[in-house]
Amino acid sequence: MSDTHTAAVMAADGTPLKARLARAMFRRKLDAFLLVLPLLVFLMVFFLAPIAWFLSKGFHDDLFATEMPNTTAALADWDGSTEPTEAQYAALVTDLIATRKTKTIGKVATRVNREHSGARSLFTSSARKAAKLDAPFKEALIKTKKAWGDIAVWQGMKAASRTYTIGYYANALDRRQLADGSIVAQPEQRQIHVKLLIRTLEISLQVTLYCLLLGYPIAYLLATLPNRTSNLLMILVLLPFWTSILVRTTAWIAMLQSQGVLNDLFVFFGVTADEARFSLIYNKLGTLIAMTHILLPFMVLPLYSVMKGIPPSYVRAAKSLGATNWTAFWRVYAPQTVPGIGAGAILVFIVAIGYYITPALVGGQDGQMISNFIDFHMRRSLNWNLAAALGTVLLVVVLTLYWIYDRVVGIDNMKLG
Amino acid sequence: MKIKQLAFGIATAITAATAAQAADTITVVSWGGAYTKSQVEAYHKPWMAETGNTIISEDYNGGLSEVKSQVEAGNVKWNVMDVEYSDAVRGCDEGLLEPIDHSILPAAPDGTPAVDDFIEGALPECAVSNIVWSTIFAYDTSKTSGVEGISDFFDLEKFPGKRGIRKNPKANLEMALMADGVPASEVYDVLGTAEGIDRAFAKLDTIKSEVVWWEAGAQPPQLLADGEVVMTTAYNGRIFNAAAGEGKPFEVNWDGQVLDFDLWVIPKGAPNMEATLDFIAFSTDTQRLADQASWIAYGPARKSSGALVGLYNDGKTEMAPHMPTAEANLANALVNNFEFWADNQDELNERFNAWLAL
Amino acid sequence: MTSGQNGDTFVEFERVQKSYDGEVLVVKDLNLSIGKGEFLTMLGPSGSGKTTCLMMLAGFETATHGDIRLGGREINNIPPHKRGIGMVFQNYALFPHMSVNENLAFPLQVRGLSKSETESKVKRALDMVQMGEFGNRRPAQLSGGQQQRIAVARALVFDPELVLMDEPLGALDKQLREQMQYEIKHIHENLGVTVVYVTHDQSEALTMSDRIAVFNDGVIQQLADPETLYERPENSFCAQFIGENNKLGGKIVGIDGDTATVEFDDGATCKALAVNCGGVGERSLLSIRPERVAIGNSDTPDAISARVLELIYLGDHIRCRMDVHGHNEFIVKVPNAAGHARLNVGETVHLTWEREDCRALDLI
Repeated sequence: MSDTHTAAVMAADGTPLKARLARAMFRRKLDAFLLVLPLLVFLMVFFLAPIAWFLSKGFHDDLFATEMPNTTAALADWDGSTEPTEAQYAALVTDLIATRKTKTIGKVATRVNREHSGARSLFTSSARKAAKLDAPFKEALIKTKKAWGDIAVWQGMKAASRTYTIGYYANALDRRQLADGSIVAQPEQRQIHVKLLIRTLEISLQVTLYCLLLGYPIAYLLATLPNRTSNLLMILVLLPFWTSILVRTTAWIAMLQSQGVLNDLFVFFGVTADEARFSLIYNKLGTLIAMTHILLPFMVLPLYSVMKGIPPSYVRAAKSLGATNWTAFWRVYAPQTVPGIGAGAILVFIVAIGYYITPALVGGQDGQMISNFIDFHMRRSLNWNLAAALGTVLLVVVLTLYWIYDRVVGIDNMKLG
Repeated sequence: MKIKQLAFGIATAITAATAAQAADTITVVSWGGAYTKSQVEAYHKPWMAETGNTIISEDYNGGLSEVKSQVEAGNVKWNVMDVEYSDAVRGCDEGLLEPIDHSILPAAPDGTPAVDDFIEGALPECAVSNIVWSTIFAYDTSKTSGVEGISDFFDLEKFPGKRGIRKNPKANLEMALMADGVPASEVYDVLGTAEGIDRAFAKLDTIKSEVVWWEAGAQPPQLLADGEVVMTTAYNGRIFNAAAGEGKPFEVNWDGQVLDFDLWVIPKGAPNMEATLDFIAFSTDTQRLADQASWIAYGPARKSSGALVGLYNDGKTEMAPHMPTAEANLANALVNNFEFWADNQDELNERFNAWLAL
Repeated sequence: MTSGQNGDTFVEFERVQKSYDGEVLVVKDLNLSIGKGEFLTMLGPSGSGKTTCLMMLAGFETATHGDIRLGGREINNIPPHKRGIGMVFQNYALFPHMSVNENLAFPLQVRGLSKSETESKVKRALDMVQMGEFGNRRPAQLSGGQQQRIAVARALVFDPELVLMDEPLGALDKQLREQMQYEIKHIHENLGVTVVYVTHDQSEALTMSDRIAVFNDGVIQQLADPETLYERPENSFCAQFIGENNKLGGKIVGIDGDTATVEFDDGATCKALAVNCGGVGERSLLSIRPERVAIGNSDTPDAISARVLELIYLGDHIRCRMDVHGHNEFIVKVPNAAGHARLNVGETVHLTWEREDCRALDLI
């Protein structure tokens, strides 16, 4: 037999077997693909695409370039250090007149105002007068508002004119991009995002830890009790899930505020003096208590399902082999619950890191998280670009942590139920 | 053939239904609670009775994000919104709101044209003011007494205890400066400088440790009622309603109040323009604005309404002294400067948030 | 005959009762002595109380009443981990997060043995079950039979004097099960350890045990070595439960010494060994093993006529179902010996047996 003969095994009809197999496999793959296609399209259209579009806002902002094309062109080669030229002023005036007509001056003004405070009124008021100005425009503009002579305004426009900018990401990390493109730290009074991010991680980690400490014994009890009792207990665990946020918040306030039930009990039992009641709400402690309460089921459910699957014979075996109750638990039972701990911890942590309604309601000043600021920029300041940048930073942090978790614990070693 | 007929039938039915609906239904969006109730009683009900049209009343939490989404999606569902001044101006500048021709507004009973009858600044390009409201501070008279003015609010030695403050730099920085001795007329000049801002934050620093932050207007009366705070800033109407309506022993201190307008605006591209404009003109005439004051203690935006303000709906409380615009309440009062905030809100919000969170 | 009779008593149950709900006794008044080095099997259907007895011995259940002694010491109040009893569980209960070596080292580590000692003992135990190559595998990487061996090795690695096995072979297929039966038996013989073994499989019990305690309804029905149990069951339950058995119901019409005369419902009579039956006039069940029935002639004394209903060819023997005086489930194993008589369905034949092979027992 020759080598070539053995290399190409033929099917019954003479075609190479490999080709036949590949064709058969392709059909099967195609079938599988067609089965998931509707879901894939759904996810693309309603989930991935909007997220991608929104995240792209973090580095893509063509508002100024679109509305102020002449100015953008005139600023293209300007490095932000020299005095603006007459040509640049002229381009600005042309654009001001145009945007006044199209009623987009407000958007432009808002955009530049983000880079330079005070630019808003400067733009809107000057736009009203722009049509009446005559050359030389530099002097004319500075005559209407002397701020036009301030190079900082022009540096602000230069920053706003970049269609693709890392300015928002810089801002999300407490930095700012100057007109010459360099990145410097924000003034100290305005540095907030990094510290908030760290606090968010810290609060999320603490909540995860407390959920684990509180949830583990409950899950164990649920897994070992007879079904009827455990179902009742399970309902109690799930209760916060089914309660509306308003009812829950009102309940927390009634319980935790300084004139609340808990403090009244403390005073009654002499734990604290009437004038030195504990601050259990409207601060970080309030956020921790409320979030731990809400997120507890996310920890209990995976733990419960994992524990339910551990036969009692393991612990019995350990004891028969001479292990004390503690050793049997710690060396035999606990390691087998690690997949549940992993799943619960990741669930709680990831849900916690994006929480904002609860912290906003009970968090006071030091219980706020980064998502509260994403919310703020989404709904209040309408700075969606910064919101997108903050969101991306948060996403990257979560994915990084997820990656680290995968490296340390292993993602396969996780069981949701 | 049959199918075609059927399809045609359905199409006409749908068109007819939407047309009928579009002819007489508008959606009016406001802040909810006692405030929306006052508008429903004073504006919506009489207008519906007079025109036979229907109003769907919705609540929102302020801000322009919803209207921005609606306008950008080309699917505007709201006809009229009640907004704050800064949002009215900003939404107008950004093309999110319809410009309103103020000549459609009815003249005062004595013939004064509407543009002269409204308080100065009450008619920006895309909006019509309906009320003047005010951020004031209030306290529980059963627990606190002897409060003189805004400086007492910032005096923890004289009045120890928690303070309720809105989680927003607006009005707080102004009040802090007035408490620090800056006359109302100079507040925005001082705030325009870096030192002035530092001074305002420094004043806020003196009470920061004792502050309970609130966000919704319904919270301050509740905080006072629960004894969570000794004093709180609040919207004057909310305190009045708790005091007059629910009999709470709350008292408003008008020293250092910051006045502001609430205005009607129309989202760009809103349907039913005719009915919408008719509603705005109707609801902001002299009588309607005066009527609203019977339901909540906010001042009418027309000068001519002042004389018509009568009794609260309990039938015994005279409303005039509870108006922010009452002469006696204006001794040390400040009108919110929207230009200042439009220019500086990005920076001041950021700084306020940083100051607050850390 | 076995160590059970001549060894010292090592494990002792005395008047032990157990109830879970306070109403029903799952174990009723149990008395049992197990000798040192004995292989004792608790055999019975599920729910008969055998596993409960094992769990009480292991310490996972407490006796409601009575004493359990181990080596003369009362152990009712000693927690399981201090009893020093090795145990093999039904599903093996190998710790899935530990390697085979770690599983075996576990009981040694908790006893504080040195590292080198642990290693040598683990190696010895693995060699004993011929699994020396598999020390670094995880349990999930082993086949059922291999897991079984590891479970046995783990139960023995810390040199316990008593090993309990709770249906350890239940999850294995037939061939592997038989092989493991011999292996466990050999390990027992080599180590001289006392084994208490629970199973519901009677052939397993017969293969392995020194003595078998047959459980039913919370009571030991018979405690004997396998041969006695099979050849001389003392009641109908044991006769039925162990091995194949023909039963014939009838009324006792006469007793002469140890011989009972039984009358079937159709009037025919038959002689049997009176073992556990009532007096004249009472009903009894006769028990005869199928392989003890011979096909004879009509002139053989005490022959019983039977009609052939069904024949199944099984190679070494032919299984013949017959109708014997109204009992149509009567089985006879006809050896496929050279020149044996051929039977035909419908044919009437005569059956004979030794009198002592036909035992008159109680009614179930």
